[in-house]
Amino acid sequence: MNRVAICSSALEAVAGIADGATMLVSGFGSAGQPVELVEALLESGASELTVVSNNACGGDNGLAALIRDGRVRKVICSYPRQSDSWHFDTAYRARTIELELVPQGNLAERIRAAGAGIGAFFTPTGFGTPLAEGKESRVIGGRGYLLEYPLAGDVALVAAHRADELGNLVYRKTARNFGPIMAAAATTTIVQVDEIVPAGALKP
Amino acid sequence: MNTATGIDRDALARVVAADIPPGSFVNLGIGLPTRISNHLSRDSGVMLHTENGMLGMGPEAQDGQVDPDLVNAGKVPVTEQPGASYFHHADSFAMMRGGHLDICVLGAYQVSSGGDLANWHTGQPGDIPAVGGAMDLAIGARQTFVMMTLLTRDGRPKLVPECTYPLTGLACVSRVYTDLAVFLIEPGRVVVRDLFDIGFAELARLLDMPLVDGTREAAS
Repeated sequence: MNRVAICSSALEAVAGIADGATMLVSGFGSAGQPVELVEALLESGASELTVVSNNACGGDNGLAALIRDGRVRKVICSYPRQSDSWHFDTAYRARTIELELVPQGNLAERIRAAGAGIGAFFTPTGFGTPLAEGKESRVIGGRGYLLEYPLAGDVALVAAHRADELGNLVYRKTARNFGPIMAAAATTTIVQVDEIVPAGALKP
Repeated sequence: MNTATGIDRDALARVVAADIPPGSFVNLGIGLPTRISNHLSRDSGVMLHTENGMLGMGPEAQDGQVDPDLVNAGKVPVTEQPGASYFHHADSFAMMRGGHLDICVLGAYQVSSGGDLANWHTGQPGDIPAVGGAMDLAIGARQTFVMMTLLTRDGRPKLVPECTYPLTGLACVSRVYTDLAVFLIEPGRVVVRDLFDIGFAELARLLDMPLVDGTREAAS
C-alpha cells in the first residue's frame, strides 16, 4: 500500500475526515493556511470539529467560513480575536463555540511534543497568570513552571510550497510556521501544495 | 492632574532604539514597539526576530515587494535582511524561552513596581481574550522592556503598585519607557532614569509608589 496518496481534488483529500475529529490546521493568519482544504470541508459535511490553529481566523474564507457554518465545536488557539474575526466573535458570544486559549509557544510545543513522543513537559510560560488555572505547577531551580500535555490531531491540514511523490515538503518563508510540527503530530496529514514533483527532484 | 506633555511616540521610539546594544537579537511587539525599528541604524547589526518564524526581519514591504508568505507577527508584509533565516513555530519559541533573545519590547496595560506585566486581556466581561505570544515573550527574553504611555486616556497611571488587569508574566519587566519618564525596575525599587518635560516631584505625585531619582541632574 502506498503511504502517500495523491488526490485529484481537495474534496477527495478531506473526504475521510469524520464528525468530531480533532484537526490541526497550519497557518499564521493567511500565510500557510490551507484555505482550499478547509473550504472543502464545507462540502464534505464534517461537523463537530475541534480545530487547533494559531488563529480562529478573520474574514469570510477558510476557517472563518467553517465557523460561520457551525461546523466547529471547539477552537484551541492562541489568538482568536482580530479586527475581522466576526464569525468567531459571533459564535463565541452566542456560546455555540468553545475556546481553549493557549499561549502561542505552549501551543507550538504541545504540538511538537505530540509528534516527538513526549509525555508532557514543564514550561515557564503562563506561570502565575490566569491561564495557569487548573494546571499542575512546580518550582525548578527557583523558577516556576507549568505542566503541559501534548496536543495530537486525528488529522492535520497543512499548506506547503512543493511536495514530492513521497510526501517530502518544501515550505516558503514565514508560511512554514506550524506546518512541520503539525504534519508530525497527526494520525493522517493532508497537504496542499503549489506543485508536486517526482521523487528525487527536491534537494534532500 | 498631569499637565506635562512629555515626548511623542517617535521620540520615545528613538530613546528605546538608542538603548539597544549593537548586535543584539531583539523582538519588537505588535503596535507601538514596532516603531523602534525605524530608528535602528543599519550598521547597528541588530537582528530582529519575529515569532512567526524568522530571524533577520527587514522593514515593512513596499508596493511590489509584498509576498503573502513573508509577514511579521502583526501579519503585515515585511522584507528580509541579508542573512535572514526561517524556522518553524516550535523552534521560534524555543529561541525565546531558551533565553536566546537579548531584548523584547512590549506594549502594556499595566506594569507593577515589582515588574509584573499585564498586556493580554482587559478582563472585562464580553471581551474575547487573545494571548498570542505575549506570555512567552515576557518571560523568555533576557530583558523585557515595556513601551507605553504612563497614563491612561482618563489620567490613571499604568505603572502601579500591583496590577489589577490579568497578568501576562511575573517580575519579568526590567525597564519601562513612557512619554513622561524612563523607569528602571530594580530589586525592591523603581529608579527614574530620564524625565521628559516633567520634574521629579511632579512625576512622583502622579504615581502611587516610592521612586528613586536616578536622573543625571540628581547625580550632579
